[in-house]
Amino acid sequence: MLATLLVSVLVITLIAIVLALLMVIADATVGNYGTAKITINGSKELEVQGGQPLLKALNGEGIFIPSACGGRGSCGLCKVAVLEGGGNYLPTELPWISEEEKKNQIRLSCQFKVKNDIAIKIPEELFSVRQFTTKVESLRDLTHDIKEVKLKLVEPTEIDMKAGQFIQFQVPEYELTDEPVYRAYSMASVPSDITHIELEIRLVPNGICTTYVHKHLKEGDTVIVNGPYGEFFLRDSERDIICIAGGSGMAPVKSILLDMADKGSKRKARYFFGARSARDLFLIDEMRELETRMENFKFIPALSEPSPEDKWEGEVGLITDVVGRLTENASESEAYLCGSPGMIDACIKVLRDLGMPDERIYYDKFS
Amino acid sequence: MNDILFPLAVFFAAVFTNNILLTNYLGMCSFLSVSKELETSAGLGIAVTFVMATTTAINWVVYHFLLVPFQLEYLRFIVFIIIIAAFVQLIEMVIERYSEGLYFALGIFLPLITVNCAILGASLFMVIREYSFMTSFFFGFGSGLGWLIAILAMAGIRQRLRTAKIPLGLDGPGISLIIAGFMAMAFMGFNGMITIS
Repeated sequence: MLATLLVSVLVITLIAIVLALLMVIADATVGNYGTAKITINGSKELEVQGGQPLLKALNGEGIFIPSACGGRGSCGLCKVAVLEGGGNYLPTELPWISEEEKKNQIRLSCQFKVKNDIAIKIPEELFSVRQFTTKVESLRDLTHDIKEVKLKLVEPTEIDMKAGQFIQFQVPEYELTDEPVYRAYSMASVPSDITHIELEIRLVPNGICTTYVHKHLKEGDTVIVNGPYGEFFLRDSERDIICIAGGSGMAPVKSILLDMADKGSKRKARYFFGARSARDLFLIDEMRELETRMENFKFIPALSEPSPEDKWEGEVGLITDVVGRLTENASESEAYLCGSPGMIDACIKVLRDLGMPDERIYYDKFS
Repeated sequence: MNDILFPLAVFFAAVFTNNILLTNYLGMCSFLSVSKELETSAGLGIAVTFVMATTTAINWVVYHFLLVPFQLEYLRFIVFIIIIAAFVQLIEMVIERYSEGLYFALGIFLPLITVNCAILGASLFMVIREYSFMTSFFFGFGSGLGWLIAILAMAGIRQRLRTAKIPLGLDGPGISLIIAGFMAMAFMGFNGMITIS
């Protein structure tokens, strides 16, 4: 009995060893592509191990291409222009590549394998994109449905961001998702605090990430994020500023204002914050403190449906009406809007009617 | 039937009368998913033929010289599967290195062969039917060829179907399965010619 058992174990092991050896030999001979050179944007050169997907090769060199599925070819986000040495398209890339993109030699970097020297083009801003391992330092309820999440950077330990940009938050597998997913959130932290990232996350019923943050995330937990991304940041000029936000749209605007205060900006700024009733307002004290730090800054919260017990004495009405009523000199100002698509579209219309040119209205739609 | 003719008889039976796809309904998933284009179907069919012929031969050797002497026949399922998996992996690496055209035509479909039940099926039939080495090889080769013919026919029909008016509810896998049924019946027409058990 024991003998038979031993023999079966031995035979199976023998077969496994022979096959494993074969694979190792094949890997070292047939599967060995040597090193390949990647030239990025005509300037930067990288030496990488050939035979691996471009996404992985770049990642190994610290260049992070946004990808939601982690390289399985199922999200179609990790597109990169391969200018030289690209060869033909793989069948696994084609579903994600339009005719227009084909002309521009756009490839899906998780499927495209580096087998020879290639030249690629990526947006300059991706050079500063990193993946960060962080720890939850604190969690705070800002309102009944908005949580403030403060992350302490662990690896790398510092982030170089512009106020108003966003990061992608990796939600691990849990009851609502059986694979890691990524969701974008604006950073509310001030860029001068390079060791922390602050997020303001509103609970969306059945939202994968928001449910995770509100119901499962605890202080001390590890969170993986990557970033920074985005074109929503304060432009260098001397124009007056109008900021309009609602709900968790507070986050990037707060970051922008804190950054201005840090740098001692003298620009005239008004911040309109729209909420339904007093229970949807938050960070009022912080904003009032900013008013004392910046002489030309004014915070104007407005409630659309104040309840009697709110005893509200501030502005009342839809945010669009309040903006329309209190804005002067719109044609010479620039605007930063952040919130739901409905709110943003309505505000753009109001600002346009007040004479503000489209190219000076910057916005970040949360959808 | 004498020893020289029997492998050939098995070969023709495996191609036509006992087509592994149409009589045993093995290897259906890749048959349905890859039969949209004639070109890719041909590539996959050739790959299947090659893998099936070679793995049946390899598995015959492993089975008769390793498993039978040590009375480990009950392990054949797991042993056959890992041998097929390793072999397909090797082939994939070789094709990727030396034939870009073939690699691009097959792409993700090569790993699909690993889990193609027709390939494991051929190895298991060879054991059940107690074939000799030569017969097993011809059986594997014939089964692969039969699979290739079936998927080519299917791909040809499906290319025609693209311009045909198909009832909404049958579009896609529905009409493909019905066609596969008709094809199976057509292949049964060869039945009187040769039979294997």
